[in-house]
Amino acid sequence: MDHLGTSVLFAGNNFSRLLGGLWTTIWIALLALLIGLILGTFLGMMRTFKNRPVRLILRLYLEFFRIVPTVVLLFLAYYILPRQLNINLPAEQVAVLTFALWVAAEFSDIVRGALISVPKHQRESGLAIGLTHWQLFRYVLLPQALTLELPATINLATRVVKTTSLLMLISVMDVINIGQQIIEANGQSHPNGIFWVYGLIFFFYFIVDYPLSLLAKKLNAANQH
Amino acid sequence: MAKEILRVEKLNKFYAKQQILYDVDFSIAQGEVLALLGPSGSGKSTLIRCLNGLEEFSTGDLFFDGQKMVPTEKNWQQIRQKIGMVFQSYDLFSNLTVLENIVLGPIKVQKKSRSQAVQIATRLLKRVGLADYLQTYPRQLSGGQKQRIAIVRALALHPEVMLFDEVTASLDPEMVRGVLEIIKELSEKDNMTMIIVTHEMNFAEQIADRVLFLEDGHILENTPSKQFFVNSQTERAREFLESMKF
Amino acid sequence: MDTNIIQAAIPKFIEGFKVTIWLSLIGIIGALIVGLICSLLQYFKVPIVSKIISAYIELSRNTPLLIQLFFLYYAFPVIGLKLSATFCGFIGLTFLGGSYMSEAFSGGFNGVSNTQIDAGKAIGMSRRQLARYVVFPQGLSLSMPALSANIIFLIKETSIFSVIAIPELTNTALDLIGIYYRSNEYLLMLVIAYAIILIPLSIVLTILERRVRYGSFGN
Repeated sequence: MDHLGTSVLFAGNNFSRLLGGLWTTIWIALLALLIGLILGTFLGMMRTFKNRPVRLILRLYLEFFRIVPTVVLLFLAYYILPRQLNINLPAEQVAVLTFALWVAAEFSDIVRGALISVPKHQRESGLAIGLTHWQLFRYVLLPQALTLELPATINLATRVVKTTSLLMLISVMDVINIGQQIIEANGQSHPNGIFWVYGLIFFFYFIVDYPLSLLAKKLNAANQH
Repeated sequence: MAKEILRVEKLNKFYAKQQILYDVDFSIAQGEVLALLGPSGSGKSTLIRCLNGLEEFSTGDLFFDGQKMVPTEKNWQQIRQKIGMVFQSYDLFSNLTVLENIVLGPIKVQKKSRSQAVQIATRLLKRVGLADYLQTYPRQLSGGQKQRIAIVRALALHPEVMLFDEVTASLDPEMVRGVLEIIKELSEKDNMTMIIVTHEMNFAEQIADRVLFLEDGHILENTPSKQFFVNSQTERAREFLESMKF
Repeated sequence: MDTNIIQAAIPKFIEGFKVTIWLSLIGIIGALIVGLICSLLQYFKVPIVSKIISAYIELSRNTPLLIQLFFLYYAFPVIGLKLSATFCGFIGLTFLGGSYMSEAFSGGFNGVSNTQIDAGKAIGMSRRQLARYVVFPQGLSLSMPALSANIIFLIKETSIFSVIAIPELTNTALDLIGIYYRSNEYLLMLVIAYAIILIPLSIVLTILERRVRYGSFGN
């Protein structure tokens, strides 16, 4: 019996289970980001088009995701997919889908903002040498927008990582859910364990997100010079 | 010989490892107008900003009214009341009205009463022809108006010396004249001591008593203005003057 | 979709609505106070304290609110600090929001242009006077967009309070779904409830931003 409670973290395979939970958290975040960024790039480009109905629909799409809290988004998908649409996906996939759609909404705004801030004469000189609209996006506007949007994108990534903490709400076996199982299993023998387990999870999130925010800050400072 | 107001001795300025100013020596007497000329990047702005502590200098001495300046933040706050400065970008405080811009220094720094400060402000504004703009915000004014008010803001502290750092460089051509006339009047009517960084050669020739010609941080010439514009001592100064003409 | 179910649930949603509004309000006020104090201490580079504040900001911004709440609500009692769920919610939102607000204020203060500061120095103002008459008024109007984004963000974050059983909107909806097994109606009501709070608020904040910008800003 120890009095510190830290031994809970290393008893049995507890630590490797927690790491496994962390991995679940991370792959869900990465996959959601990957899908969301690709989709968001297209949506963002479409939001710079002249077509009014398209712009309006995409704007409403963005505002919906801006207004509804992520917890609620998650439950919307969790309940509506199986009950209304008869789509029965594992909870992990529901989470990836929800987060990806959310990331796409946020990223579309970042992409649009970056695209419209590329100076107008850049677009005009592109058109003047005979580039098609698609070539203009691909070779001139997107590369320039990329440096502008990178810090905001990294910040979005840190938000996605933090938002994965909600996964436990739809019963994904993420790092928090596993932590709770460990706490419950060891509650009798290690009443202090809860402190250390949550402490470790807190630390896990921090070491994933902190380097990212640091990078975003550096890039932001560099962009301003 | 008029009383010496400001003297600079062996002033050196480094920025990181790069040297910006080399052993700058000069002095200015009461009522004198000094034009600081030279190509861009020569260190003119840095030098003028060293004179009121907006830039720190690395080595050397400054003397005000014969007193050696110990460059602490507190001392600078004192000295800056005696040295007015006007900038290229006007920089009226955008959150304050014209009146508040002008009375801020007299009230908060010099602890004058509000009524006294307002009186000073109104008189000076009248003088530059902007008495109707007391309650206006800077963004509602033209560049020329802003610059005239910036001059008033500096004058409101009753400085002994005025520093002008490229004050017409951001102005539309038709605004330049009004600002320059005020500066000229300050010299002629008030006998104000002034140091002027400018690219307006005609103006410098008209108003300056003496020219400091700077290149790459060195003072190449310290010449009476009449001589400088007609017959400069150095080849570089002659080339510079030539390049300013069309 | 059953309108009777919706009607029957309205009183419960109103209760949840009040809790969400009330906790958002005090949490945001707490966050603004903490944020302003932190940003001021950082602006004046108070030794040691600035370092502690930087550490707080990084810890708070880079960890999820959910874990912060679990810590407060479940882990603190182990070391003898038992707090009510509502109080944990308030502390959690203030702890999280304080760092976001601090960054927003600091961003504004640091955004004031150097030439404005030079102009202030040139008329002999001290650092403190400069801060009071130039940097803070201008910095505050510069930080408005970030502040209002944070306000919206924090209101949405109160939905996470449902994990420590605070009866706010999301918790109310989830409870009702659990009891009556009707998800469509309750989820719809939940989305509408957030829309009722956030749409008017974001419109008001946008107008306010514009006012501030055009009222005292621009050279």
